[in-house]
Amino acid sequence: MSGTTGEQAINGTVENRGVNGGGRAGIRDRVGLLSKLMIAPAVFYVAAMIGFPFILALLYSMSDVTTGDPALHLVGLRNFRAILDDPVFLLSMKNTFFFAIVSQVLVILLSRVIATALMKEFRGKWLARFLIMLPWTAPISLGTIGWLWMLDSIFSPFDWVLRYAGLLGAPGALLGPDLNLYWLGVPALAMASVVLVHVWRILPLATVIQLAGLSSIPRDLLEAAEVDGATPWRRTLEITIPLTLPIISIAFLFGLVFTFTDVTVVYVLTRGGPIHSTQVLSTWTFFKGIEGGDLAQGAAISLFLFPVLAGIAALMLRMARKSEVV
Amino acid sequence: MARVEIRGVSKTFGEVRAVDHVDLETVEGEFLVLLGPSGCGKTTLLRMVAGIEEPTAGDILIDEKIVTNQPPRMRNIAMVFQSYALYPHMSVYRNIAFPLRTRGVDKASIRKKVEWAAGMFGIGRLLDRKPRELSGGERQRVALARAMVREPSVFLLDEPLSNLDALLRASAREELRQFQKRVGVTTIYVTHDQVEAMGLGDRIVVMSKGKIRQVGTPMEIYHWPADTFVATFVGSPPMNLLGEDDILTGFRPETFLPADLVYGTEGIVTYPFEVTWMEYLGAERLLYGNVGEKSHARHVVSRLPGSVNLPIEAGKTYPFAVSRNDLRFFDRKNGLRTDRGPA
Repeated sequence: MSGTTGEQAINGTVENRGVNGGGRAGIRDRVGLLSKLMIAPAVFYVAAMIGFPFILALLYSMSDVTTGDPALHLVGLRNFRAILDDPVFLLSMKNTFFFAIVSQVLVILLSRVIATALMKEFRGKWLARFLIMLPWTAPISLGTIGWLWMLDSIFSPFDWVLRYAGLLGAPGALLGPDLNLYWLGVPALAMASVVLVHVWRILPLATVIQLAGLSSIPRDLLEAAEVDGATPWRRTLEITIPLTLPIISIAFLFGLVFTFTDVTVVYVLTRGGPIHSTQVLSTWTFFKGIEGGDLAQGAAISLFLFPVLAGIAALMLRMARKSEVV
Repeated sequence: MARVEIRGVSKTFGEVRAVDHVDLETVEGEFLVLLGPSGCGKTTLLRMVAGIEEPTAGDILIDEKIVTNQPPRMRNIAMVFQSYALYPHMSVYRNIAFPLRTRGVDKASIRKKVEWAAGMFGIGRLLDRKPRELSGGERQRVALARAMVREPSVFLLDEPLSNLDALLRASAREELRQFQKRVGVTTIYVTHDQVEAMGLGDRIVVMSKGKIRQVGTPMEIYHWPADTFVATFVGSPPMNLLGEDDILTGFRPETFLPADLVYGTEGIVTYPFEVTWMEYLGAERLLYGNVGEKSHARHVVSRLPGSVNLPIEAGKTYPFAVSRNDLRFFDRKNGLRTDRGPA
């Protein structure tokens, strides 16, 4: 809507100047005022939906507010001290980093492979593209529920396949004599499952970003390298990767923010279990602050993410600027 | 130094025949120019010699060895691209060193050769810069240095001067020519600019619609065009063509002069020239107008040197003439040049 207004303003300016020759100017001619008006909704949005909750979180984290007693009394840094003494918090912190970094490294590697494949022409390319993009179009919760069934402790199709292949559920089988692996019931497997679902989830976005990066490399650069005697391997290492590094970093940081802040996957799959082995800061915030009712501590936990995310955001902006130069 | 031979090469992109059964052979050490309008297939032909495009049919030989299916790195060629294609993330030094590093040359030799190549093109002081910090002319020199540093057996250039401004282009043309003579490497040069082609080429290959129309020295191309396409594509303004029955009569604008200035061992042909428009260009005057009445194509141009200061006005008719030695005849049906004049 603001676009339409802008166009009218421009046309209006031209018309008015043409006809009136600098006569009485309406609001449509006052560029200064107009630009302020047009940016106002954005400023309002940032202030009301981001600034206000952020300040509220700061206040809460230094108070004793709970869902049962919403009255606000400031108590200093007591909440932060309590959190730092909590082993679950420390474990969640560790898990958050592990899970975000491992999943995003996998995402970058896989999306690179897929993007490279999609740069080529082949039959059924549209179908491949469509299938790769599909996870991105599904709501996170629905997709994750699908995975919950796939990873079911008794009916998991993965287990069927493994049993059928003789790798599971027979005496002397590679993965043990039990009939099931209990994907979400064993700490290491549960973490692997959470990572897997997140990779599945972020891969489409990263692939699209990498595709954009790859197609932005001028073709004659790669041809020049070919004429200069570079093997495909060297072209990748010395031309393609350095030239797409800024955009790869953006994909990586973007995915990092997504995984750092995501509650859904862990909440739906494991609820942080077993024994907090997949607990991350975002879910721990939710369990403590909302389900446990201790809003103050919940706010304090969530604020621990803030410096990390702010740092990533700053890096992303720098990378975005850098990628423009090339 | 090497010889390039192109044997019956065709290239189709889908339905489009970009290069249509082309045969061509270079002489060792010559400067061969591929000239033609855009879309005539000259760049595609060059890219096939380089190995970044594979022919649909035919063979390419370098030094009598078939290289048609070999990747570029096995052909020992160098190519300068129209955009220069410098690696933006590498310094000038690393750009020039790149083709040596891919060949596994040791560091000390690389340094020596890069400095030699940079010295040859006068860019020694730019070695630490990035391409984006260079001017157009400097970029072009870096591209040339990167091409020459490997001492290639064939040197391919795809319109390397078209991104330079006019003044720089003239001096770059001269430098390029002198450099090629000094190194003596077989060079194939693609351009759509006839001035470049005439000035640079030992021989010119005129192409149109994927086919070769004529191969010859600049003088042959200009004075003895093989067909009406070459006659009108080369030369500015193009050759005048007068239609008389089945035969077209052609003559260059500078041979069409006021009748008393024209001599010819075989006599002259005089036309009443009705001048309709005149351009004064300093060194010369261009006169546009018509001759005769019965012919279909009767529009001609005369190019008067500045030294001829005869008063001429638009709207009037003057006796103009061409020496018979300067007349060329073309078959109207297929456009080819014939020896036979109009009946």
